[in-house]
Amino acid sequence: MISRRSFCKKSILILGGIAVPLAALELFDPKKLAADRSGPSTVRWVFLVDTHKCVGCGFCVKACKIENEIPYDANVSRTWVERYVVTRDGKVHIDSPKAARDGFTSTSIDQGALGMLKIENSDIDKAFFVPKLCNQCDNPPCVQVCPVGATYQTSDGVVLVDRSWCIGCGYCVMACPYGVRFFHPVYHAAEKCNFCYHRISKGMKPVCVEACPFGARRIGNIRDPNDPVTRIIMTERVNVLKEEYGTKPQVFYVGLTREVK
Amino acid sequence: MVHGEAWTVKELFVYPNEYIYWTIQIVMYPFMTGLVAGAFVLSSLYHVFGVKQLKEIARFSLVFSFALLPVAMMPLLLHLQFPLRGIEVMLTPHFTSAIAAFGIVFTSYGMIVASELWFVYRRYFVETALDLRKATQRGVTQQARYLLYSLLTLGAWDIGEHALEKDERAVKMLAGLGIPVACFLHGYAGFIFGSVKANALWMTPLMPVIFICSAVVSGIALCIITYIATMELRTLRARKRQQRPESGADTEMQSNEIQVVTMTSRYLLMFLVLAITLELLDLIFRGYTAVKSWDILRSVIYGKDFVNIFVIQYGLGNLLPFILLLLPRLTIRRTVAGTLLVLLGVFMMRWNVVIGGQAFSSSFAGFMHYHLPIWPESLETFKEGLAGALLVAATPFVLFWGLCKILPVFPVDESR
Ligand code: SF4
Ligand code: SF4
Repeated sequence: MISRRSFCKKSILILGGIAVPLAALELFDPKKLAADRSGPSTVRWVFLVDTHKCVGCGFCVKACKIENEIPYDANVSRTWVERYVVTRDGKVHIDSPKAARDGFTSTSIDQGALGMLKIENSDIDKAFFVPKLCNQCDNPPCVQVCPVGATYQTSDGVVLVDRSWCIGCGYCVMACPYGVRFFHPVYHAAEKCNFCYHRISKGMKPVCVEACPFGARRIGNIRDPNDPVTRIIMTERVNVLKEEYGTKPQVFYVGLTREVK
Repeated sequence: MVHGEAWTVKELFVYPNEYIYWTIQIVMYPFMTGLVAGAFVLSSLYHVFGVKQLKEIARFSLVFSFALLPVAMMPLLLHLQFPLRGIEVMLTPHFTSAIAAFGIVFTSYGMIVASELWFVYRRYFVETALDLRKATQRGVTQQARYLLYSLLTLGAWDIGEHALEKDERAVKMLAGLGIPVACFLHGYAGFIFGSVKANALWMTPLMPVIFICSAVVSGIALCIITYIATMELRTLRARKRQQRPESGADTEMQSNEIQVVTMTSRYLLMFLVLAITLELLDLIFRGYTAVKSWDILRSVIYGKDFVNIFVIQYGLGNLLPFILLLLPRLTIRRTVAGTLLVLLGVFMMRWNVVIGGQAFSSSFAGFMHYHLPIWPESLETFKEGLAGALLVAATPFVLFWGLCKILPVFPVDESR
């Protein structure tokens, strides 16, 4: 008969073994942890947004929705355009009705549950538009928190989501300071802009870049010193959003003002 | 409809993709996990620190903690968009994620509690099995019971003095080991929130500690109230069986009960003070340092969520029970009221953290309101609404009832 002592010993060993899932044994290979970026990639995609050029027509949003199969009427979008209206009393009014899919057709500000706010032209100090999209952060918190590695970063810097692997916990949605993530209404997995990875990896441009009639959106390769976008980023005064979070955003803005959130 | 749209109302400027994504189930998650940890800590007070007065409730809370354990995971599963893929967190954990460690911590903790239970009840298993073996004619149920208990002994039939002593030592060791793991289990539930740097309300290293303290508070409170309820039920049943009001048995039970309850509520008060102090410290610190996000935080804390935080959580959930339990000559009825309020307070604390943390947009220029789906119109509103929460809340009691059939929590002569 098995002695109690040896029984206890054995069961502790077995239970301990079960407690550590097999995959955990791979824990100590740091290269596998962060998606491997040590490869000799000559590409690092970056984006440049010129807010002086954006007129808020929303062509980019419309094109993006169609290209990336985000249900047209769903109240989510991979990219959107914000309108900023600063009034004489110093107040900042912001809106982005339906993500500006149809452009800004009314001068009233959409305040959600509080209704529409009518602002007299004479009260306006300044007004402008700011397009937003995933920043493809260099230190992406969404990749950091994903419990199963469904969100990962490629060697050329773009953060992608594996729809077949996402468990739909929403941790990445919470972790992104820019609020760009959402759940796809059809596939139910986490969703966001990926710079049209299916296009840029084939030498094409993202569809929003192509759709913008004013050249407010551009994409470039920061590892190529001769890239026109790289030259602007390196030589002109550009800015990024919410730098304080340490996410190292890779979408650069020309003409960003302090009102932009 | 987009996930989250059914219960989110937006006000002023909120980013187009922002909704309340973490709903009532994510409130239930730290609440239930907290109860597990708290109940375990309560049982360990006796097993490890030898607080003799808690002997009665120690075994009770250990079994209860085990019944609560599977329920800690339930809200998470109900909340996932792909519940069937949930197991992948265990199979392909991504170790930079706080949630990924859940499986491991949870499993180890579960094993500790299970082994401790086994050592506590081993003698009972052996004795029951031996008793049943003696019976010459066993019915179907008796045969099943015999098999069950024989199986539960796991082949360790020795109940000599020496072996029992060893059991006791093992219990002590496991209970000791269990405390840090229980705290870790819950502390890291706090870490899941505290480490979200994108959220101004959650982002504080104090979060895990605050969570642990209020976990212990809620765990003890739930144990007290369940203990009282079970005791009362037993008294009622005993009275029915005897049908003799003059019998002294239940008055004895009553006085015994009140003693255990008073003692336990002392510990409850102690942890309550600790929890409130930490929470207030966090609040004062935020106001004092007033970093960029304070403007919007203040408007949520002192404006939109004022009633939830100051009236329900601090007032009804902390201050009132504190007075109720502190006043001399504690009665059972007052304890019931006090502990129920404490549970409300802890629940509201979770609510205010999880829902309150999402009440403002990352744009810092707008607000979101959560309307708890009451009537389940779809699977989504069932899972993440009142019905889902009630389902989660009721499960541990069903499990506890089932467990009690196998592991009697009240002194039976032959068990220890
Ligand atoms: S902007 Fe948000 S979703 Fe995009 S990489 Fe950064 S953290 Fe991730
Ligand atoms: S929702 Fe999907 S992609 Fe996002 S953290 Fe969870 S598993 Fe990862």
